[in-house]
Amino acid sequence: MCRIGSIKSKVPVHPSKALHLMLPQQEGHDNSGFAMVMQDLYGVFTEYKDKPLLSLACTQRGAQLVEDYMDSHNFVQLAEWIPKPNKQPGLDIKAMPYYIFRNYDYPEQYNDKTQEEREELMLDTRLALRKILEETNEGYVYSFWPDVLTLKEIGDPRDIATYFRLWDDSGMLVAKSIITQCRQNTNYDIVRYAAHPFFIQGYTLCANGENTFYTKNMEYQKSLHRGYTGFESDSQNFIYTLHYVLRQLKWPIQYYKHVITPLPFAEAEQREDKKVLSVIRQSLGHLEINGPNTIIAVLPSGDMITCCDSKKLRPVVVGGDDTTIAISSEVCGLNAILPNRDMSKDIYPNEREVIVINNDLEVQRWKQ
Amino acid sequence: METVRTQDISINDLKWKIEYYADRCTMCGSCVATCTKNAIEACISHRSVTVSNAHQPEPVKEHKAIPVIKQVASIANACVGCGMCEKVCPNRAIKAVRNIDNRFNLLARDHGPIKRGGRTNLNAQRTLDSVIVGRISQMTDPALDSERHTFDIRAPFGRVLLPGELPLVSENGQLTLTGKTPPVNWIYPLIFSDMSIGALSTRAWEAVSLATAYLNEKHNLPVRMCSGEGGMPVKLLESEKLKYMILQIASGHFGWNRIIKAMPRMKVDPAGILIKIGQGAKPGDGGLLPAAKVAEHVQAIRGVPKATLSSPPNHQGLYSIEESVQKMHLSLNAAFGFRVPVAIKCAASATSVSVYNNLLRDPYKICGGFFIDGIQGGTGAANEVSLDHTGHPVVSKLRECYLAAVKQGLQGQIPLWAGGGVGLTGNAAADAFKMICLGANGVFVGKILIQLLGCIGNENGRCNACSTGKCPTGICTQDPRLVKRLDIDKGAQNIVDYILALDSEMRKLMAPIGNSSLPVGRSDALVTTDKAIADKLGIQYVC
Repeated sequence: MCRIGSIKSKVPVHPSKALHLMLPQQEGHDNSGFAMVMQDLYGVFTEYKDKPLLSLACTQRGAQLVEDYMDSHNFVQLAEWIPKPNKQPGLDIKAMPYYIFRNYDYPEQYNDKTQEEREELMLDTRLALRKILEETNEGYVYSFWPDVLTLKEIGDPRDIATYFRLWDDSGMLVAKSIITQCRQNTNYDIVRYAAHPFFIQGYTLCANGENTFYTKNMEYQKSLHRGYTGFESDSQNFIYTLHYVLRQLKWPIQYYKHVITPLPFAEAEQREDKKVLSVIRQSLGHLEINGPNTIIAVLPSGDMITCCDSKKLRPVVVGGDDTTIAISSEVCGLNAILPNRDMSKDIYPNEREVIVINNDLEVQRWKQ
Repeated sequence: METVRTQDISINDLKWKIEYYADRCTMCGSCVATCTKNAIEACISHRSVTVSNAHQPEPVKEHKAIPVIKQVASIANACVGCGMCEKVCPNRAIKAVRNIDNRFNLLARDHGPIKRGGRTNLNAQRTLDSVIVGRISQMTDPALDSERHTFDIRAPFGRVLLPGELPLVSENGQLTLTGKTPPVNWIYPLIFSDMSIGALSTRAWEAVSLATAYLNEKHNLPVRMCSGEGGMPVKLLESEKLKYMILQIASGHFGWNRIIKAMPRMKVDPAGILIKIGQGAKPGDGGLLPAAKVAEHVQAIRGVPKATLSSPPNHQGLYSIEESVQKMHLSLNAAFGFRVPVAIKCAASATSVSVYNNLLRDPYKICGGFFIDGIQGGTGAANEVSLDHTGHPVVSKLRECYLAAVKQGLQGQIPLWAGGGVGLTGNAAADAFKMICLGANGVFVGKILIQLLGCIGNENGRCNACSTGKCPTGICTQDPRLVKRLDIDKGAQNIVDYILALDSEMRKLMAPIGNSSLPVGRSDALVTTDKAIADKLGIQYVC
């Protein structure tokens, strides 16, 4: 079982805070890796919030391949941040040679294009880079999107943090939204792409648990969108369905829960919107999820959400204060970073609930 | 002493021989009275016996004429092994035993092809028994509790649209339906398959329909029953219970005169319409109701004289799938105001995937279900050559159809229902569950229902006399004397008990794989110990 956590704050937060959120929960997450997605970035990225940011882990040759591709596709490099690692001996980390976080400007021919067209370009670019790096086995590309930074690595999260100097808050790497987890995909092969959070076109998602409808989800999702690839983990099904329901179908957020964990027939039959629920269940039956799980997701709007499986088989708690709200698999994580919060206001969502935290830290809590 | 004539029919030529113990027999006559085939008779036998009538043993050899029960050496009266004689004999003095040296197949074609009912006796292989539910929730995720958790065991019957095709509009954070969608009924994933009044006795049909209503009204299990080709009583057509029935139309259109006339007086819509193109037991061979079974009430329901009723192998006037969709599907949809889903049933065939693809791509989006019937399905009457030598196993065909839909991203658009051998070994829940994991939305069963009513036929050549009008259990006959052998209430109760057990067993299969709704297409839940099956079905091979 994983442990997952996220922080949403009115003031920029350093990744060490996310580490402190996760470390007390280490009995559950086994310290086999560290992955995080930071959004709404400040520090070195403040000036380039509207420019796509590429998150990359690769070899030297991989870096060259990426550069060649980006150059030949008229992307203009604006800024770059390459962490200078602390290579002290004895660290438990299977590091890649290079970690590159680079802002680009859109190709000139995209100056007049719509936002939607730019979003398709960014996805296509990430998929193309992934293909190039995968074929040559020279690296990994995690995200290519404005104001989004992804870091994934195999090893002990404390050592990974030491390696990337994440314990020292120099003010260069901070964000108002961080979503993280500390475990590799221990069920199957250890593949960097299998480590969540996952990202696609503004949607970020982390899952704690199993999706036992992986096969039927995957078989259906493969035909839904070109971006639904990889499937190294059964948790990827959650993000693809989130993206499909919200971005492709343009349905309101509450219908995501109706798709992944539809109400029992007897319960749905009692509702006024039973016809809508019925057609949704019919048409999207292959996107239903089963098994124990909790998810945390961030939407393009910046809203952070969490919900559980239909039997509430995985834990999650939401708590915070006026400045910062965090979501965590276990309350010990919240206690570590928000010890002075009003614990009586902590929320333990049930199996039918969805919690939404908006950019003003207003918390919505509703039942599907 | 008579000379042996080689061509004479003898008992030894028949498939079943009667073993008779004269010393136990009291000549009560029960066996002779119960035998519907007149395969045995009471007669006098001249015997040499040793008797002793005194107080002390004084054995005397006598030649006596004694009454005995004797098997009739005739093809027309050949014992079918139904075992009714043994069942009624108070002294266990008689029983039928299988005769492996028989010459029946050589001799029984003197009046044309052999006709019988039942199921294939040659192709009883069981793919599903080599398939195991092998992906059990252990540590990675918790198994559910079959007694405590809630389970959603429902299947769609009706045409499902792609998500992007739904007439949904988002307003103020709510989705609203702005147009009509094809009718879809969520029903129990097991349909009581199409056995007509005619093939079945009125009592047998009534028992099945009684069980259907009871399961719906007392146990909240939305099991649906298909009428079979041959209509149904007007009283039922005009009652509320019609909502539990799926009306079948086949190439003979039998019974539809009454159905159409009853439509203005129908209080509720039927659960669905099933267009029967073919059936697994005798694919391409059309329906057959021998004159012996066309009793007065059957004549009345179907509007026909007493004659052998043959439904043509094809629907007349339909030459292609496109026409079938345009003419039959459209007109049947229109007849019920597009409120009732219309599905189609075909015999499994090497061409099933092509048929399914055509239906999936039909621009009217009007086919509400594809029923695939495998070679192990049953029938009331067919040529034996069809039963044993034509057809197609259903398991791989169902899987191929599902995967063809997956390839196009159209899985679930036309629900797949599979039948023909489901419950062959009496374990319908396990069979149904495995078919669902392979991609079926649900299954349909027929034979197992009449077996629950008391049918003793099997795939080893036992009885299979459904075509003769002489069904010994009163199930597949219209002879009023035989029909009375069937206790309707007890028969219905057997079906209800079985289905309730099946429902529990479905939970027992869903719980360990951690699923609270049906794992349609969840092939990763299955493993097999047979490499060829693993390769064909795309499931994991284990040993």
